[in-house]
Amino acid sequence: MRDEQFYLARKSGNLRLRAVLISSIRRFFEKHLFLEVETPLCIPAPAPEEHIEAIPSEDWFLQTSPELYMKRLMAAGYPRIFQICKCFRANERGNRHLPEFTMLEWYVAQFDYHQLMDQCETLLIDAFQSAKQMQSIAQLPSEIHFCSPWHRITVADAFMQYAPVSLEEALEKNRFDEILVEYVEPHLGKDRPLFLYDYPRSMAALAKLKEDRPDIAERFELYIGGIEIANGFSELTDPVSQRRRFEEALAFRAGENRAKYPMPEPFLAALENLPPCAGIALGIDRLIMILTGTSTIDDVVAFPPEWL
Amino acid sequence: MYTASDLRKGLRLKIDNEPYVIVEFNFVKPGKGQALYRTKLKNMINGNQFERTFRSVDNFEPADLREKKMQYLYKEGDKFCFMDNENYEQVYLTEDQVGDAVNFLLDNIEVEILLFEDRPIGISLPNFVELFVTEAEPWAKGDTVSGATKPVKVQTGYTILVPTFVSEGEKIRIDTRTGEYLTRVKG
Repeated sequence: MRDEQFYLARKSGNLRLRAVLISSIRRFFEKHLFLEVETPLCIPAPAPEEHIEAIPSEDWFLQTSPELYMKRLMAAGYPRIFQICKCFRANERGNRHLPEFTMLEWYVAQFDYHQLMDQCETLLIDAFQSAKQMQSIAQLPSEIHFCSPWHRITVADAFMQYAPVSLEEALEKNRFDEILVEYVEPHLGKDRPLFLYDYPRSMAALAKLKEDRPDIAERFELYIGGIEIANGFSELTDPVSQRRRFEEALAFRAGENRAKYPMPEPFLAALENLPPCAGIALGIDRLIMILTGTSTIDDVVAFPPEWL
Repeated sequence: MYTASDLRKGLRLKIDNEPYVIVEFNFVKPGKGQALYRTKLKNMINGNQFERTFRSVDNFEPADLREKKMQYLYKEGDKFCFMDNENYEQVYLTEDQVGDAVNFLLDNIEVEILLFEDRPIGISLPNFVELFVTEAEPWAKGDTVSGATKPVKVQTGYTILVPTFVSEGEKIRIDTRTGEYLTRVKG
């Protein structure tokens, strides 16, 4: 008997739960009249984001997210679309990171970010019910209560509650990520899933800004048990300010000597027709981690990269 | 020089003129945020540990360490005695300095002693060692693909979890960095 069979056999419960969860997610979207779409994995220009590194593929890139192409579909008049696909990000490997991972992404026309939080909550409670029916496998962490309503807290309030410095101070000292990871994240979604929302403008290159607070973006993240599960926002629909935000991100990348990305012109052109909408990306692998109670993402995929 | 992307468990760095080894390593990154490298570092001389988070722009100096072949002789009190096979000089390491290597240490075997600026500070084990299983429960037939494990004892007295199909007298390969079973070895 080969050892690979032993290691793969140990994962059979997790892999079965993964299949159950994915099919229950598809059923949810079918029931709510979403269209499942597929957009290209290999693309000429990833979204210009400051801290997301794309993997080159010949002269193009593997997608870091399907966002730009899904919004081009929305702009063409598709009001409710979803996709489950692989995304690729260079240099991301850890207990919660794979360079190739599975993303669920969906968009709803005429929604804002709070409506999308509601829908995300409904979807996941539904999916957890399906998972629970596989009693022998699902180990929903008993200390977390999944029933509605889930918690919502702004980034500024979370910093006030958990961090040694205020949000403003953290931003000023360029320590936002460090403090978020060190002091804030471990508390989020401990007893009940939690939406962290209203991010600083600089942390959301593709999100709409609040009308009364242009320093704040209508962006949220879902946390369960201290783990970041999903990221969503009210979409920025103004091509002029989107171009400016991309230029800022590209200038930052140039200053840090990071890979150059071309400006995604067809996306900016399509933005003229994008209706008000909200979109969200959810990490399927991390969701399975929560449901199986494992602390490493390697346990929820058959083949982590080191085994290939 | 090392960069942040070189960081991993087991890497040895020089910080404030002392050698450190990374004993815990975790890559963390908020979705849209910057990559952070959280480490727990252990001073290779005094064993003190501390946590530090690095960024992707940080650089690191490798610790200047070399290894020398010596023979393990015996344990006396809480000291382990080794002999340099070239000049017959004896050197001693404490239990702390030997650390988990004690699980893979057989009498009279040749080991690599780790020197930092010519001072012996620890044992440098190969990443993999092969040891015989000396005590194991028999294998319940039919239990081939359940993925279940059982504890067995190897020559050094170390107890390790292995798949249920491993039996007494077999040789197994162990990853000394994690202390975990890897595979059975034929012959």
